[in-house]
Amino acid sequence: MTPAETILRRAGDRGWLIECAGLRPAEVATSIRAQPWASGLREVVPAATTVLVVAETATGMGKLAAGLRTVLDQSGAHRAGPPPGRRIVIPVRYDGPDLPEVAERLGLAPGEVARRHGAREYRVGFFGFAPGFAYLDGVPESLRLPRLSSPRPRVAAGVVAIAGNQTVVYPGGTPGGWHQIGVTTTRLWDVTADPPNRLAIGDRVVFEAVTP
Amino acid sequence: MTVTSAAPGRRVLPRHRPPGPGAGPEPAVLTVVEAGAATSVQDLGRPGMAHLGVPASGPADRRSFRLANRLAGNPENTPALEVTLGGLAITLSSTRHVAVTGAPAPLAVDGVPVDGAPRLRLRAGSVLTIGRPWAGCRSYLAVSGGIEADRVLGSASRDSLTGLGTAPVRTGAEYGLGPVRPVPAIPLELAFSVVPSGGPVTVRFRWGPRHELFDAADRHRLTTTPWQISAQCDRVGARLTGPPLAIGSVDLPSEGTVRGAIQVPPSGEPIVFLADHPVTGGYPVIGVVTDADIDLVGQTLPGDGLRLAPVH
Repeated sequence: MTPAETILRRAGDRGWLIECAGLRPAEVATSIRAQPWASGLREVVPAATTVLVVAETATGMGKLAAGLRTVLDQSGAHRAGPPPGRRIVIPVRYDGPDLPEVAERLGLAPGEVARRHGAREYRVGFFGFAPGFAYLDGVPESLRLPRLSSPRPRVAAGVVAIAGNQTVVYPGGTPGGWHQIGVTTTRLWDVTADPPNRLAIGDRVVFEAVTP
Repeated sequence: MTVTSAAPGRRVLPRHRPPGPGAGPEPAVLTVVEAGAATSVQDLGRPGMAHLGVPASGPADRRSFRLANRLAGNPENTPALEVTLGGLAITLSSTRHVAVTGAPAPLAVDGVPVDGAPRLRLRAGSVLTIGRPWAGCRSYLAVSGGIEADRVLGSASRDSLTGLGTAPVRTGAEYGLGPVRPVPAIPLELAFSVVPSGGPVTVRFRWGPRHELFDAADRHRLTTTPWQISAQCDRVGARLTGPPLAIGSVDLPSEGTVRGAIQVPPSGEPIVFLADHPVTGGYPVIGVVTDADIDLVGQTLPGDGLRLAPVH
């Protein structure tokens, strides 16, 4: 494992970027938020391999670094622990506009694409790109495709799409370059709700096919 | 793109119900006579939600914004107007103190120029206009009592990247005003905004988090190039033009980004992230402009010179 000194990278006056070095960023972030000193943090942002930590003030950045290193050491000890997160089932109608082309490119029947997509348990990796856009990791190798060459300007809420290793339920109103294979009536993002997110990082997601 | 339910156009959001006969004064209203090219409602934004993909947003020049509210007697997080390149005219339905800070711009009341005092008492029915700034680009208008606006995820701020928050300010729009507040006895000559004018502005930055991906020549070039703000500058970020860095394409998984981040896309021309920056990015960040200096970048215009000075 990388020496602890090199795991933290300075990100401005008030920030540290943590290289997770094999630890799950979602779990590192959860551990950081559980610390008694976490009330002095403005942001804790897990991403693919890193966690960004931004403090409310620029004072005590050295002390913050020491606290973060302690969390990382403890996270290492708990690496083999059970995965956290809830299990959330999302009903999907597999009739997206891109399903026929996706099936053809993969050499599968459309129904088989749906079956393979629905047979997996995905994990909420991180949010990014737009409010409520949760990257769900775990698309099977046999369904992996690069993004569309030209993104659609606006994708409605509830559209289920795939690209690479990831799948998503669009929060609505954003552009989108992923392959749209289905739609769900479940809303995972609602700015009027508190909290606005139904999914949290680390949650496990299962898609369940429903007939139109 | 928009993900908010806030409706554009005319909107009055009175805190009080319309009074019945003899129930007291009419609710105070700010009416937008001319909206200007890019005027938005801002408060101090939505910090703490980046992990849900929500940008922090808020004013591009937080220092001037806070000053406007302080002068108007308001708490710092009170909604006020961010006026880009002037062009705003407003009128109030009741007499109030208003404060204008940030980019210094010609002010007039009913067409008569007023001197450069940052605070004035605007009579009911008079029209205050903010012209094109002499320096900088963003002026802030705070009204005693503040603008009443719906909060989306805890903030009234218009986020230009995601469309969250109050709809862009349009001509004819109306906003309710909060209860009038006593203005503080600040010596007004001390209450000025710091906005760059003439010559290149120098801003300090801290190396990292990805400066080690850049070779010595690129790092040297970043600090010695007289960069220019390109035409591609908005509330999301300011692109810099100059001899490009040579780093090219770097395969980096998306990671969290901060305001002030100096991101270097494959073109080699850096982008400095401002208020509405995306919460994650996949291009390497060579350094981060200091908190103290990032407001200056929020006041720059296309063609302005910019030098980046490292702090250690």
